[in-house]
Amino acid sequence: MADQSIALMAHLMRRAGFGAPYAELETRAAKGYEATVEELLHPETQPELDNDIMLRYKTEWVNKNALEGQQEEWVFRMINTKRPLEEKIALFWHGILCTGHAKSENPRQQNVEFDMFRHKGMGSFHNLLMELAVDPAMVHYLDNCMSHKGAINENWGRELLELFSLGVGMDGKLNYSEDDVKEAARAFTGWTVVNAVPRYPYGRYLSKFVYNPKDHDDGVKTFLGETGNWNGEDIINIIVKQPAAARFVSRHLYNFFVADEPQVPAWQHTAPQDPEAIKMLEAEYFRSNYDIRSMLRVLFNSDFFKNARFAKVKSPVETVVGTTRLVGDFTFPKPGFNALALTIRYMGQDLLNPPTVEGWHTGKEWIDSGTLVERINFTADQVGNVNLPGVRDILARLRAEGPTLSPERLVDGCLDLLGGYKLAEETRSELVTLARNGGELQTGVADFSQRAAQMLQSIVATTEYLFA
Amino acid sequence: MASNTKDPVLVVLQLSGGNDGLNTVIPYSNPLYYDNRPKVGIPEDQVLAINDSIGFHPAMGPMKKLYDEGKLAVIQGIGYPKPSRSHFRSMDIWHTCEPTKVGDEGWLGRALRDLDPNKDNVLTGVNFGRGLPRALAAPGVPVASVGSLETYGVLTGIEAEDQRTMALETFTRTYEPMLGKGPVLSYFAQTGLDALQGADILSTALEGYSSSVKYGNDDVAQYMKNIVQTHLANLGTRVLYTTAPYNSFDTHAGQLANHTRLWTQTSSAIAAFYDDLKEHNATDNVVLLVFTEFGRRVHDNGSGTDHGAGGCAFVIGDAVKGGLYAEYPSLEAGKLLEGDLHFNNDFRGLYATLLERWMGLDSKPIVGGTFEQLDFL
Repeated sequence: MADQSIALMAHLMRRAGFGAPYAELETRAAKGYEATVEELLHPETQPELDNDIMLRYKTEWVNKNALEGQQEEWVFRMINTKRPLEEKIALFWHGILCTGHAKSENPRQQNVEFDMFRHKGMGSFHNLLMELAVDPAMVHYLDNCMSHKGAINENWGRELLELFSLGVGMDGKLNYSEDDVKEAARAFTGWTVVNAVPRYPYGRYLSKFVYNPKDHDDGVKTFLGETGNWNGEDIINIIVKQPAAARFVSRHLYNFFVADEPQVPAWQHTAPQDPEAIKMLEAEYFRSNYDIRSMLRVLFNSDFFKNARFAKVKSPVETVVGTTRLVGDFTFPKPGFNALALTIRYMGQDLLNPPTVEGWHTGKEWIDSGTLVERINFTADQVGNVNLPGVRDILARLRAEGPTLSPERLVDGCLDLLGGYKLAEETRSELVTLARNGGELQTGVADFSQRAAQMLQSIVATTEYLFA
Repeated sequence: MASNTKDPVLVVLQLSGGNDGLNTVIPYSNPLYYDNRPKVGIPEDQVLAINDSIGFHPAMGPMKKLYDEGKLAVIQGIGYPKPSRSHFRSMDIWHTCEPTKVGDEGWLGRALRDLDPNKDNVLTGVNFGRGLPRALAAPGVPVASVGSLETYGVLTGIEAEDQRTMALETFTRTYEPMLGKGPVLSYFAQTGLDALQGADILSTALEGYSSSVKYGNDDVAQYMKNIVQTHLANLGTRVLYTTAPYNSFDTHAGQLANHTRLWTQTSSAIAAFYDDLKEHNATDNVVLLVFTEFGRRVHDNGSGTDHGAGGCAFVIGDAVKGGLYAEYPSLEAGKLLEGDLHFNNDFRGLYATLLERWMGLDSKPIVGGTFEQLDFL
């Protein structure tokens, strides 16, 4: 029988991290669910990633000039970190508070932002927005450096409200007006960057945020009904106390960590699928003074989270990193990192380079005929490789169950060891038939490895395995 | 013109990285060209002259031949207003026809929806390469994306034939029951079954194929060969797409050698593509578009050229009226756009020409408006 505490731990680790091999799930289950949640919420209690050997091996990770090198570096982190939620929250914010390589062409600068997400991404939403407003990658990406006293550029002002904090509307009503966009843009004039040295011939340099009071519009502004001589920080102060901000953060946390919601543009007119859950998160947002960590604690310990197993389509990052962690590959320098990072791109998620400032569309929209084939073939190749340590461990555990296995037990054992997966009854019975067709399953004979690996491959090829 | 019995087919070759138009179709008699290209210029005596002012890069002999036969249209001065010099953004604009906002639907995705509204054929659009270019993406439009025709398929990592057959049978039997289990599962199941069916059909494309034409071993040549094989298999495919990968045309450094290699390979791939179709008597309903996301900076940087604006494109086929279209942009300093060639010809007009006069589609909703068409068709 599946151990329910391990299946639940597998769920937590898939969502709060990038999944975990069975041995880690056992250790964590023994430690306890709530204790594991606390550990994840406090990454500083775990050692930092030891990157020294990698940096000697991968010089492009040191100079941070190329998109692909920086993608590799992040993928390595996600596979090997002892602080999974720190990387997961950075990925979460990267998909919402977007900058994109298409415009930035400066992976080094974007990485400064990702480090900020790692360190501040579970703190107060107010502080996070303040960090974002002075983040040089963002100031450049949304043109606030082009916004001047008397000649505003609305890009940052608009996306701050629409995509980063409030959303266009909720419960059928608008959350802000076009005037609010302009007033926000006015308040942020003078928030700019310096030291934008041209890229060629020596590569990109880091920019630095500066506040230029001479270029700041210090006239009176009315923003969301409040009038004063507002500067940028005042705008963020006003934003974070709005009910719409609570809704926005809650719904994004729910969509990323709990269950797929409709795409963000639909939120104005589409109510949350679980209004009670959103209400709980909104209450915690205000109670905790906008603290993301507190909201996540409520979320991970809730019944709505624990009951939402396989209610989300895995992202390409979750698919590739999760499978790689499961099979225990890419834990040290070896050729193939580039191909691994590119696989994520081919599945539709070009890290550092979301298609638009809206980020990636998630859920069902990850899948098309090209990306589906990439997913199935990648995951099947990994779990079918009986030389990888994670696969060897799964096979050893199956063998340890006894000299023979029933066809049902082979299927269920593989499902458990992959992380408490469940199949539709029709699917499971097809796989049992597949297991039975090969004759009696003797764990001691040579072809057992191949038959078990074939079962693992058939499981990861199912529609059910597309979900986390 | 195409015969009425065969549906018109569009093949697209994307030259990623920003091909240097100025060293592709070279204004060799213009002294400003040599002033601007002290280190990255092509000597006049090497240029394959088209007329007394411009000519092809010396590595483009096979394309010059197609030009001389009247089958190649050179589209000069192509671009769009307020050019972006970012590879990604500019390619996005070419893919989506959305120069002012970020779009997520591709022009060929929309065309495919019009060509096969009921999704009768999972292979109406086929891409060769990994990852779907946004040009082909549109919600609900299935497009097969083929890394290699020889190895394409589901669960191709399973080497033993009988095991793979068994795995694929299981795959089908586990996907079919998911049809009708809610919109998301149904969509995944349909997508998986479409992919499997597409792969099955495509695997037959190689069966009847034989040819005396030799292709190069580079990616573009191999993909052009796959395109011909797919076309000759009569699978009803109407749009075939491939990309010169890895931003290879991004010649910031070492351009003279790199660009020569790139055009040697690309020209011979295009010639092999055309000759192979010809050998199979299949040139009449195929038109090939060759494009890139931008041209490059007029003045060289000492070893290569940086990102620019206006560039050139090519359209090739028996149905094409070969020749020069639109105008070669001026190289005079006062007429450049921030150091780049100023476009005089919107790429959406080129697309509209192909869509209306070749594919027989209403171009307005696909390219987002009305643009001046060219008379190469």
